[in-house]
Order: sequence, then structure tokens, then C-alpha cells
Amino acid sequence: MPRHTIIAWMEDKPGVLARIANLFRRRNFNIESLAVGHTETPGVSRMTFVVEGDSRMVDQAVKQLLKLMPIIRVEDVTDKPAVVREMALIRVRTDAQTRGEIIQLTEIFRGQIVDVSRDSMVLQIVGPEERVDRFVDLMEQFGIVEMVRTGRVAMTRGDDNNNNGAKRKGTMGL
Amino acid sequence: MAKKRSGADIVWEALLAEGVDVLFGHPGGAILPTYDAMTKYPVRHILARHEQGAAHMADGYARATGKVGVCMATSGPGALNLVTGLATAMMDSIPVVAITGQVPTTLLGNDAFQETDVVGVTLPITKHNFLVTDVHELPWVMRAAFKIARTGRPGPVLVDICKDAQIAETDVPLPDPDDVHVPGLERYPQVDMTAVREAAALINKAKRPLIIAGHGVLLSGAERELQELAERGSIPVTTTLLGIGSIPETHPLALGMCGMHGEAFANMAIQKCDVLIGIGMRFDDRVTGRLADFAPNAKVIHFELDPSEVNKNVQAAVAVVGDAKESLQALLPLIEPVSRAEWLRQIDGWRRESQERDIANIEVDEVIPPHFMRELWHVTKADVIIATDVGQHQMWEAQYYIHQRPNQLLTSGGLGTMGYAVPAAIGAKVGRPEETVWAVVGDGGFQMTMQELGTIVQEDIPIKIAVIRNGFLGMVRQWQQLFYEKRYAATPIFCPDLVKLGEAYGIPARRITRRDELHDAIKEAHESKGPFLLDVKVMEEVNVYPMVAPGAGIDEMIRRPIVQNPSGMTPAW
Repeated sequence: MPRHTIIAWMEDKPGVLARIANLFRRRNFNIESLAVGHTETPGVSRMTFVVEGDSRMVDQAVKQLLKLMPIIRVEDVTDKPAVVREMALIRVRTDAQTRGEIIQLTEIFRGQIVDVSRDSMVLQIVGPEERVDRFVDLMEQFGIVEMVRTGRVAMTRGDDNNNNGAKRKGTMGL
Repeated sequence: MAKKRSGADIVWEALLAEGVDVLFGHPGGAILPTYDAMTKYPVRHILARHEQGAAHMADGYARATGKVGVCMATSGPGALNLVTGLATAMMDSIPVVAITGQVPTTLLGNDAFQETDVVGVTLPITKHNFLVTDVHELPWVMRAAFKIARTGRPGPVLVDICKDAQIAETDVPLPDPDDVHVPGLERYPQVDMTAVREAAALINKAKRPLIIAGHGVLLSGAERELQELAERGSIPVTTTLLGIGSIPETHPLALGMCGMHGEAFANMAIQKCDVLIGIGMRFDDRVTGRLADFAPNAKVIHFELDPSEVNKNVQAAVAVVGDAKESLQALLPLIEPVSRAEWLRQIDGWRRESQERDIANIEVDEVIPPHFMRELWHVTKADVIIATDVGQHQMWEAQYYIHQRPNQLLTSGGLGTMGYAVPAAIGAKVGRPEETVWAVVGDGGFQMTMQELGTIVQEDIPIKIAVIRNGFLGMVRQWQQLFYEKRYAATPIFCPDLVKLGEAYGIPARRITRRDELHDAIKEAHESKGPFLLDVKVMEEVNVYPMVAPGAGIDEMIRRPIVQNPSGMTPAW
């Protein structure tokens, strides 16, 4: 099943997340990841979803989202030029032998070491999902103690006129 | 700033500002402050015997009047009892506003007495809902609730108000509706002329076009445009169950209802048409049968207000997203007058094969439900509002009553809610007192909400009720007969003596057991001043035909049995 990246802007009101989660559950849409946060506009939140499904299902997901009253705008950016990033925090087991190699690999992946203790390190990596995947693969040989990934966040590329976020009128899928 | 008044006052102030003069409800602890304030306002309150009744009454009121129906209940069990009514309204796109009391904010989330997360429970069965914890938000929320309920594709909205927010005061004024901005309402689609031109081109080229008219035609008031389209292009019109009334069923181009229990000739027309024009309908499974075989020869044109209904079940060659009336008005000037005599003759041929007339004319001493429906039509001259329940009688009414005008038939199409008819008829009668309103109901569904007889008497609402009594949950029994080798598990149903029941409530009642009593009894009920209860004892194991078995193609119909007439034999159902 192809994966689609969808961005939705919505009013920052209590219960909005519950409405969206309920919609996806009820209509049997499969959400792979979901990231929520504030935007440039006060009172407006932005979610990036990754949805698994064929184009008919994604078309339905977008249209059903647009029926929710607090939703301002929805955009499927899957086939658009977009910056898509994910962040992961990974706690890796370390010892005197492995520490050097881990630090080296982290630098190659432009990651950061954000915490060091006697027998583990916390690494932070930001990048497209595949880069994060590869880094996680590499770290597995050392022993991953704990990991958290944010899921995708996305923003389309291009000039300001087409990308003024929540303020842009109009929707796709209509 | 307005003058300071309580949340309870704001509820009534908002209702009056929205033109509400009647509502349906049941009081209780958490909504008490609002009920207490009610006495100060010129509003009629209909006390339902059960909150489900109140919700269906608001729904029936809305369907019969085109206005927003309002119901009110207390927290917890009161609000939960509204749920079936809200889901019914949601599935059929009916504008209803439900106002419920909630425990005080200080107790929220505490598992307090009569506390239920009503906003959570009703999330998937309302168009939108609100929890009001702060009285300052209430004026905006009340306005928004009405605006959401009636704008675009209508639907139910629930406003859950904490008890302390009903008591607290605010000077925040009621906003002007134009100043109430809800993002979801700002997407009202404008009719796309490119799509309209494509639709017109397809229709003009079509040799065998067919219209399926749905509830959207009635909701947007597009009946005249529909008829004009049909007449100009000689395009026959079949309807969904909820689309009944969008064209007079006596119209030469009207084919009646299609789908699972539609007329075979209507379903044949769907299967053979080359262009299928769906207007304000959503290709529900009861209409399409097995999707893979639905309208195999047709390019589909879909006129629909809700974009999410487009390409949901059936792929449209052309989709015109927008209000049905606006869309058809744009379309009509582009439609070439064509007489499609050959196509109409073909349909007429199928029509002549129908056993419908033979069933109507069959001679039996007992009452069969089709005879009741046809006699009801004869007596009432189609000049009534009828609320039906769900099941066999609902289909017989749809088949044998000849509907003439919009919003004449009120029925739970999408959700299929038993117990709907009596309270919906009450709501309709309250909204349209000048009309005669009938509730036609089975003995199963009647017993689900028959407590509302009390409401009829106490509030003086003279509706006519016909209980089509066959001693079974008939439609379920029919499925058991056809698909479960006649194992009648839990479908025989006891029904109390309805004449005595009527007597207990002080409602005149009469029992019919023979066909020759039908006319006089229906006439007596119809012409009586007050409410009337008809106990119509019908032949027990009669089935609704034609029928498309679930999962079958809509042309794979079990047809009506061939009737040897006029021998007077009992038909071999």
C-alpha cells in the first residue's frame, strides 16, 4: 500500500485531536504517524499525517477531514515538492570499544549526541525518514535501549504566495 | 455588551432568535436551571415519555417543516437516550439541535452522578458537538449550533452545557449569525460550470439516460428543476427511499423507488441505462446491490453537495459538487429537448410485466398489507403526511402508497430505526398542525416507542396511527424464511390488545381483520377530529417483493409471485 503525506490545518480547540482520531478509527483509515504542533498563526494547529492506503482511500480521508468543522485546510503533499523530515531520539548502549564508532557514525549522519552516561548515549537525528531508518539500522548492532520517533512533518517547497500555510483559502479534494 | 443574564436565559434567548417556538424534551437534574428559566419565554415544550421519542419528534418536525428541530434532555441517561435519534438524523441529513445538561464543571471527569461523556459518545453521530464549560462561550456556541445544523448538508448538532454554566451570568451578547465563523462551513461549494457542461454533453448524447433522485433534491427544494430536466430530456426518474416525493409518482416519467425492494422495472432501467444521473443521493448499498454489477452500461453523472460522497461507492464520470437546485438550474439551459421514445417504450414493457397491479387487485378476505396501503391512499387522496417505521410495512408503504408531494413521507432510511414512526409523526403534526398526519408502523416498532401515546394525549396532538400487525418482526422473519431455512428465532412477537390500549390512554381505537372493513375504518380514523389508533390485523407470513437478496446484483430480483386471479385463492407467497 502506498503511503501518503497529508497536512491539515485546524483550529486549536479542545477535542480536535479526538475528532480526527475518531474519524480515522471509524472510517478504518490506517494512520502510520501523526505529528501535531503550533503554526505561524495563533490559534491554528497543524498536523502532518502519514496514511497508508490506495488513492481512493486517501481521497476519502481528505474529504472526510474537510467535513470536520474545526478543519481549516487539508493538503495531500505526497506528489508535491516538499521538505519532509522526521526526528528520532535513540538511546544506544555504549562501552569503551563502541563509543568511538557510534560518535563517528552519528557525525556522518549529521546527528547530535545529546546525552552521555557511563554505558549509554542519547543520539538525535533529523532527516528524511529513510535516513532515520538507515541510522537506526546501523545503531541496532550496538543495542538500542530506547527510541522515540516524531513521525513525519512536512512543508511544501516554493515561493511564499503558494505556501502561506493556514491563511491560504481553498482546499484540495473538492 | 448585553445585559447580564444566566446561561439558561441565553439558551432560550438563542432559541427565540433562531425562530424556535416549540421543542421536545424531558427534564432532569443537570438541565434543571434551563427548564426553570423556560417558564419566562413564549416557547411550547412537548414532554416526551422517553428521550428517544424527543429526538425523533425533533427529527419529524424538521422533515415536515424544513426548519431546525430542537430537543432537550438531561445529562447521562437522558442524553444517552437521545443517541438513536441523533444517529437517525445524521444518516438522513436532518437538521436537529440537541441541548443537554451536563454535571457541573467541578465534577467533570469525576464519574459523578448521571455523568456521561456525551460529547465523546455523540462524536461520530453528530455533524458537530460542543461541550460548554464557560457561560461566556454559550452565546456563540448556540448560534454556531444552528448555523452548522442547517448549512450545507444538514445534520444534528449537540450542545452539552455544564450545570454551572447554565447558572453563571454573562453580558456577552448573542452574535449575529453572519459573525459566526466556522471553518467547516466556509467551504460551501460553488457549482463548477465546466463539470455542468460535461454533464450536459453526456446527457444530450445519451440514448438511455436515467435519473436517480435522492433526498438532496428535497433538501434543496429542487423538485421543479428535477421535473423540468426529466421532461425536457424525456428522462425517466426513479427515486431512493428518501427521494420519494421529489417527483409525483403519478408522473408518466416516474418509475417509483429503486433498490432492494424497488420495482423490478426501475432496477432494470438502472442496469440498462447508458447514462445514470444521480441527484442528491449517495449510492447506498440498499440502492446499488452488489457494486461490481451496478449499472454496468452507464456513465455516471453525480450531482452531490457533499464531496465525500463523490466516488465513495460508485465512480462518477462527471461529478457536479454543489447544491442540487443551483446545479440543475445551471444545467437546464444546456439540455436539448429530445424524445427518447424507444427507451421509454422499453421501460414500459418491463413495467407491464410487474405483478404490482395484480397484487393490488387480488381478492382475499383477510387483509394483506399492500391492500391497506392502497386503501390508505384512496381514502387520504395523497393529501397527508405519513411517517413510517422500519421493516416490511415501510417497504409496502413505499411501494403501494402513491406519493404526490415533497416531504410527504417521513421515514428512517439510512439508519433504519424501529420506533421512529410514532414520535416522528408527533413532531410532524406539531410543526404542521393543518395537515393530517399518519404514523404507519409494525407491531414490533410500535412497541418500541408506544409510550408516546401518553405524549399525544397530554399535549393534544391528534395523529392517526395504523399498526400493521402480523405477529412477527416481519422483515427479519422474511429473511429467516428466505435465507435461514425458516428458523424463526425470536421473531414471533406478542402484541397487547391495541383497542384496550387505546382505551387506557383515552384514544379511540378500532380493529380491522377483514379486507372489506378497510375503507370504513381508515375513513373513520382519517376524518375523526382527535387521535386515532387502528389495529390492522394482517395475514401473517406475507413477504415484501420484489427483493434483491443482500449481496446480489439489483437485477437479480426475487419477483412477486404470479397470482392466479380472480380465483379468490390465497396467493402463494
